[in-house]
Amino acid sequence: MSFLEITAFLLRGFRISLLIFAVTLAAAIPLGLPIAFCSMSRIKPVAAVSKVFVWIVRGVPLMLQIFIIYYVPGLVFHYQLFGDLDRYFLLNHGIEDAGRIIAVLIAFAVNYACYFSEIYRGGIESISRGQYEAGQVLGMTKSQIFFRVILLQVVKRIVPPMSNEIITLIKDTALANCIMVAEIIKQAKDLAATKALIWPLFYTGAFYLAFVGLLTLLLGRLEKKLSYFSG
Amino acid sequence: MALLEIRDFHKSFGKTEVLKGIDLTVGKGETLAVIGSSGSGKTTLLRCLNFLVTPDRGRMYLDGKLLFDAGDAKKLKEDELRERRLHFGLVFQNFNLFPQYTVKENLCLAPKLRMREDPEMKDRAKRAAFLSELDEKAEGLLRKVGLSDRGGAYPCELSGGQQQRVAIARALALSPDILCFDEPTSALDPELTAEVLKVMRSLAADRMTMIVVTHEMSFAAEAADRILFMDRGAVEFDGPSSAAFGPGCTSERLRAFIGSVSGGERPAGHETA
Ligand SMILES: Nc1ncnc2c1ncn2[C@@H]1O[C@H](COP(=O)(O)OP(=O)(O)O)[C@@H](O)[C@H]1O
Ligand SMILES: [Mg+2]
Repeated sequence: MSFLEITAFLLRGFRISLLIFAVTLAAAIPLGLPIAFCSMSRIKPVAAVSKVFVWIVRGVPLMLQIFIIYYVPGLVFHYQLFGDLDRYFLLNHGIEDAGRIIAVLIAFAVNYACYFSEIYRGGIESISRGQYEAGQVLGMTKSQIFFRVILLQVVKRIVPPMSNEIITLIKDTALANCIMVAEIIKQAKDLAATKALIWPLFYTGAFYLAFVGLLTLLLGRLEKKLSYFSG
Repeated sequence: MALLEIRDFHKSFGKTEVLKGIDLTVGKGETLAVIGSSGSGKTTLLRCLNFLVTPDRGRMYLDGKLLFDAGDAKKLKEDELRERRLHFGLVFQNFNLFPQYTVKENLCLAPKLRMREDPEMKDRAKRAAFLSELDEKAEGLLRKVGLSDRGGAYPCELSGGQQQRVAIARALALSPDILCFDEPTSALDPELTAEVLKVMRSLAADRMTMIVVTHEMSFAAEAADRILFMDRGAVEFDGPSSAAFGPGCTSERLRAFIGSVSGGERPAGHETA
């Protein structure tokens, strides 16, 4: 196999990595918000349930969570949900690994939503009461205060910690290979097994580095864009 | 007739009784200075007026009409609360400007949001007219507080004194009946208090109805029509500022308080009154 062929082969895997990355962000960024609100709820049982859930999800390795999502339907309900989805998509649409990828996406989305919810909570709680009160005495509704006054200040404060999580996420996508999803590292491992080639495994690092470089650039720009105000 | 009448306001936080039956009246166009040592309940009183805190007991009349009764406070809907709040403006000790908006946007945000909610303002032409009027009003207010050239600045680009003047203009943009101030100069360096007090004096001269919690005794003596002296959650003195600061002040405690905050010096203004 030529260098170019190997690059193309790995790129096919990296497309899966990017897919997991993009879908996880798209799901977890909004999903984190209701979890954050539940954790901050004045209704004690709601806050307690939410906090325990976040504690479990953040306290258990993501790889284990992938296994749980993937195997629990079969073990508990005697129905191989994700295996069936795999077969269904392969037979009807010619897409490989679809069921497994869905299992990974569920695990990732929930896991990252919990991490994000804690960042949101920290950001929201760091805004001074005075901002809410200023909105109140100006006759604004609660939702006007949140969306018009608080939100952008929170966004500004959470961009740095969110950037860290987002950069971690692209690297975490490698965990998908624990249930044989053909992301980039799985592809490289296949090359090692079938072609006795080890170097492509190390070469995958370049893909991650390039993408992380791009992310750092974009997130830095966002941070700069929000630097026109302080507070 | 009094513009604002407070009857028997009580408020406790847990076991601490912070307001122990406050009565006060403010006439239209009057400036009332509320003074008293720290912890006497001045902030809590202002917060009750602005519906940020709900009194446990008491009533409030505006223009002779019942505006609030603690007895049926629980039934108050959020929208009604918002409507009633708009009779009052509040200027905070630490400004609380919205940092992501320019000075002018700070002034216009709340009025614009109100316009959007108003069912009578659906019409495009009406909205355009409202917005241009609002813009003029904002310009006028910025001129009034001496910041006409800073409308495009962000709060972080302004000094504390300028920020507080913006906060005053922002409160006025909703045309409240009564403007309340909670120690508006306490967070400012001494050299910046003068510019804020000057704006407040000019509002007093324009007969804006104001309730001002302050430790600036010279402002209270010179610019306020009346003084309300609070002591441990009760009104210890309520009378014209000439009586409060004059030599014949009837309240021993008030005399001691004024002596302590003005460092033994009697503030100018009423020495010969
Ligand atoms: N939200 C609150 N919860 C508990 N105690 C409060 C609260 N707000 C004020 N207090 C207490 O009420 C008392 C009066 O406070 P405040 O009205 O701020 O007085 P002042 O403004 O005259 O200094 C203080 O002892 C303060 O600790
Ligand atoms: Mg106070």
